[in-house]
Amino acid sequence: MLAFFIRRIIYAIIAMWAVSVISFVIINLPAGDFVTTYIATQLATGNLILEAEAESLREHYGLNDPVYVQYAKWFTRILRGQLGFSFEFTEPVRIVLERNLLNTLLLGTFTVVFIWVVAIPIGIYSAVKQYSVGDYVATFLGFLGLGIPDFLIGLVALWLILDLTGFLATGLYSVEYRTAAWSFAKMWDLAKHLILPVAILGTAGTAALIRVTRANLLDELKKPYVTTARAKGLTEWQLIMKYPVRYALNPVISLTAYVLPFIISGSVVLSFVLDLPTIGRDFLKALTAQDIYLSGAVILFSGWLTIIGTFVSDLLLAWVDPRIRLEED
Amino acid sequence: MVAGAQSGAESDAQLVGESDFEAEVEVMSQRQLIWRRFRRHRLAMAATVIVALFYSIVVFSDFLATNDPEDIEAARQYTPPQWLRLFDGFKPDLHVCRLVGSRDEFLRKVYVKDCDQKVDVQIFARGYEYKLFGLTLDRHLFGVNDPEVTAEDAIFLLGTDVQGRDLYSRLMRGTRLSLLIGLTGIFISLIVGTMLGAVSGFYGGFVDNLIQRSIEIVRSIPTIPLYLGLAAAFPADWSVERRFFAITIVVSLFAWTELARVVRGRYLAMRQEDFVTAAIVAGANQRRIIFRHMLPSFYSHIIAASTLNLAFMVISETTLSFLGLGLQPPAISYGTLLFTAQNVQTVALAPWLLIPGIFVVVLVLALNFMGDGIRDAADPYGS
Repeated sequence: MLAFFIRRIIYAIIAMWAVSVISFVIINLPAGDFVTTYIATQLATGNLILEAEAESLREHYGLNDPVYVQYAKWFTRILRGQLGFSFEFTEPVRIVLERNLLNTLLLGTFTVVFIWVVAIPIGIYSAVKQYSVGDYVATFLGFLGLGIPDFLIGLVALWLILDLTGFLATGLYSVEYRTAAWSFAKMWDLAKHLILPVAILGTAGTAALIRVTRANLLDELKKPYVTTARAKGLTEWQLIMKYPVRYALNPVISLTAYVLPFIISGSVVLSFVLDLPTIGRDFLKALTAQDIYLSGAVILFSGWLTIIGTFVSDLLLAWVDPRIRLEED
Repeated sequence: MVAGAQSGAESDAQLVGESDFEAEVEVMSQRQLIWRRFRRHRLAMAATVIVALFYSIVVFSDFLATNDPEDIEAARQYTPPQWLRLFDGFKPDLHVCRLVGSRDEFLRKVYVKDCDQKVDVQIFARGYEYKLFGLTLDRHLFGVNDPEVTAEDAIFLLGTDVQGRDLYSRLMRGTRLSLLIGLTGIFISLIVGTMLGAVSGFYGGFVDNLIQRSIEIVRSIPTIPLYLGLAAAFPADWSVERRFFAITIVVSLFAWTELARVVRGRYLAMRQEDFVTAAIVAGANQRRIIFRHMLPSFYSHIIAASTLNLAFMVISETTLSFLGLGLQPPAISYGTLLFTAQNVQTVALAPWLLIPGIFVVVLVLALNFMGDGIRDAADPYGS
């Protein structure tokens, strides 16, 4: 177990480093350095930036250094928690990220809970009652959920709600609560606004988890130990819940690998359509404005979160399922 | 559903005389066996037909179109769909009802359908000129049979957008680009994926480790931020073709990892099989073993993985272009068509702008069913 643990940690560290390099490359892909871009946008709004000022900016951000020195400086600054300056929001990146962190966490967490609560019972039902009408319906809905892009469901839902009730279901807070202090009324308002995005964000994940749970459970149900348990006279309910379901739930643990990054990156596209105040929406704004420090930070952190998530889920799986850790040793 | 079709197929097989059936199966090649199993998959067969239809749109998009997709008709913005009518009373007569445009009290353009004024639609009608297989043609599957038709007499089967461009014809053209992106992407990922997978499986050891770890790292980066980050990095002034290739490479970034894993896994598993040992003992050379003995038993897996990847690529392109980060407006694809339906007020005004979304969903579902069908049919141990 210790060897397994150490090997995984080393992989994770290498992967995190690789992701930082990739993020840095993406940041530097746009033609010209960002100071030039910044000067151009300032000129467009009538602000003149002197060449000397531009030079001091370049000096400050180390743009005259060779690429690897730039990378090293950028990376050490990130490790010290200095994420750079967002030109789009004219604020430090850290402040931009913190502003919508709570909304993003709420949306992500509720979506994950939604996926589990909906998908696992349906997956179990589908497997136990294979080929029943309910199974067919679940399978078909599962395919639909995987096949339809998030933004399309979002658009259609918005349109239908607007058409039927005249209510524009965008954002996470009604206007009167947007700047108000936290109160029960505000929480209730938030809850009402969360239902639609959570349901839409959850569809793809739910569809995937239903398929996995069903397939795994079907494999388990054919195994001899199930027959043995049945022969011993266990009730069908006890029998299914006690052994095969436990094993078939391994993918739920694997899913934790995607939970962490999903909380940030899952909502990017939908946030745009539903105008949700999340980090995802800020990220898209940053991308279209080529606001590199902000977009770079989001890419880097969602990559790191994925790696941490994978690491945690690997450990959990090895802990829960002895076969995995034996195989690895 | 899938498994249901299969168990039905099993009982069909029982009906055939058991010995006849076995004798027949014994002489079948691997390909025939797979085809045989696949054909029984009704859902997958239907899906294959749909995918084939989509690809015929790719080839014949201009022949199927009724109007020039680039044509702007300022007088005809946001016309609702004019459904094609096959009968006039009981008399067969292909036509659409004429739309009479006027302005309401808010000065918005409104259209009233007037079925007393028919616009005749003809089969193999003359329309705008286009090139197909090097020929310049002006015949279309159907249309008003007048290349110089005025906006009032033109037909807009699925309505028009804000600039009065015909959505149906644009959809035909958009199918072409979206599917070509998918195909090119599959081609790239096939080459990169199978090569790296084969190298990884063949040499093993350090090379294998290096490739596998790189794949893990590529896969550990969340798709959406990476795709968006890369797509946003392309300069806005790139030409349509250049952007097309750049976006193709972006959407195939992940597909190759999947293929490389499939190929490597199959290769390693197969190296231990008796038939490979038998081939070695019989004196077959390396190339013959790989291409004659091993490859046939996993190319179906490659096809299945590619089909599923194609669906993923179509969705990726659509999402990127919808956000304005993929292909840019003069290019016509599913994504750029949906880009015009970005805000919900526009959708409420002209819901038909979401029709390209239906195409995306049907295509993606068909590709998924087809891929699943191929995978099941290719599995010799599947029930």
